[in-house]
Amino acid sequence: MSAELQDLYQEVVLDHGKRPRNFREVEGANHRAQGHNPLCGDQLTVTAKVEDGVIRDIGFQGQGCAISRASASLMTGAVKDRTREEAEQLFEQVHKLVTEGPDGVNTEVLGKLTVLSGVSEFPARVKCASLAWHTLRAALRGEAEPISTE
Amino acid sequence: MSGAGFDGAKVRADFPILQQEVRGRPLVYLDSAASAQKPQAVIDAISHFYTHDNANVHRGVHFLSERSTSAFEGAREKVARFLHAKDAKEIVFVRGTTEAINLVVQTFGRKNVGPGDEVLITAIEHHANIVPWQMLCEQQGAKLKYIPVDPHGDLVLDGLDELLTPRTRILALTHVSNALGTVTPVKELIRRAHARGIPVLVDGAQAVTHFPVDVVDLDCDFYAFSGHKLFGPMGIGVLFGKKERLESMPPYQGGGDMILSVTMEKTIYNRVPYRFEAGTPDVAGAVGLGAAIDYLQRVGMENIAAHDRELLAYTEQALARVPGVRLLGRARERSGLVSFVMEDIHPHDIGTILDQEGVAVRAGHHCAQPLMQCFGVAATVRASLALYSTREDVDALVRGLHKVREVFG
Repeated sequence: MSAELQDLYQEVVLDHGKRPRNFREVEGANHRAQGHNPLCGDQLTVTAKVEDGVIRDIGFQGQGCAISRASASLMTGAVKDRTREEAEQLFEQVHKLVTEGPDGVNTEVLGKLTVLSGVSEFPARVKCASLAWHTLRAALRGEAEPISTE
Repeated sequence: MSGAGFDGAKVRADFPILQQEVRGRPLVYLDSAASAQKPQAVIDAISHFYTHDNANVHRGVHFLSERSTSAFEGAREKVARFLHAKDAKEIVFVRGTTEAINLVVQTFGRKNVGPGDEVLITAIEHHANIVPWQMLCEQQGAKLKYIPVDPHGDLVLDGLDELLTPRTRILALTHVSNALGTVTPVKELIRRAHARGIPVLVDGAQAVTHFPVDVVDLDCDFYAFSGHKLFGPMGIGVLFGKKERLESMPPYQGGGDMILSVTMEKTIYNRVPYRFEAGTPDVAGAVGLGAAIDYLQRVGMENIAAHDRELLAYTEQALARVPGVRLLGRARERSGLVSFVMEDIHPHDIGTILDQEGVAVRAGHHCAQPLMQCFGVAATVRASLALYSTREDVDALVRGLHKVREVFG
């Protein structure tokens, strides 16, 4: 297998793709948004319960490839118990990571999310990795229209 | 290997793009249904046109304009012969299949489809043969109905008599499904629609590339295809329309070339097909398409059809032996492509891993989301064949799928 492919499909990514965490609808969610990638038809819904500006619970549902499921699963773990501002900062860092690669990102802030760095070598897959994050941001900002990667 | 007179290696050598390596491996191009590669003869014809013949058509009195006009009209004649049309005036040059269908929708459709009327299409259409009709029906207060598909990918014709009603104004259907490879029984459908006076449009984008098409024998009213899928350039396509149909239709776009005379008060429209070709056409595109047709006729459409049948059978058998692969679309008659899923591995992941092996396939919904819903999948992997495809290409695909299994263990 090529080095690029190994970077893309790291063990952690494959594991989260196969067994996504928080793959559920959050009970009593007060934030919700739908994301859609018209390119492949993938869809996902993010639900979150936010209290006093802190994301107390978060889940996602829907269908997608290993990359989009892994990214969504890792996201739910990363933003839980974080403030909305922290989640927005993470969004920026993840976006930089999957588009530009690991150089110049704050690996401390990203933590486990750095396993998504391999995506930057695959421009066609950036949208897969970022769909959940765009959807989260829409949910937190209370945007009513479904989010599209196009 | 295939039909008499067909030399696969020689054909392949005619396509310069296939001689390269991608990602350090020989290119295996199995995405011809999305866009086909071009033989050197087509590339040369376009280059020759711009090097020697370029000028605007239908208006100049000078030498080059005459030469350009004769190249453009010559291409129209070639397309007419290719489709076995009676008259080159039945050939309208457009940008592609999508524009051909939109042209019919905006002219024939707006004139003939009114409130309470019905348009009949099928559940296996490409978005290009769904969305324009949806837009028309919404504008006109008409109803869009679908001929359903069965689990094999065949159209369900049991209820056809109920679907062809006195309000049906047109039947529009694909000749070959771009997502499943189903060859539809167009001739029978045309006969049954005509028995009730209903005209028929056929989307031939995936058909003309694989077998001979005769619009007189089919007796279709309209037939649409794209140049770039037929080994010609991007940006050129064809709408065939029976002359009496075209003559009864209002113009499509307004502008130069589609008029006979314009005064401040009134315009007299040009005759067909020019009435539908406003503005400067893609002359080099038409010339390139003409060269593609010349090339295909040198190889022989019957030879191409035989090669397609043989290689498709080989592909289906090879894929059926890969553990976990499930072929979608087992229609009675199939052409040109296979669509499949592999356990719960998403087609996009399969596409990425195959690409690393130099194998180009299409992964996604193939612009046929209603059909995907019928089959309960969001996406499939599609490997599509062309006259230059070989058993070695298929073997490389199979090796790539074993790699996919390794990664996803």
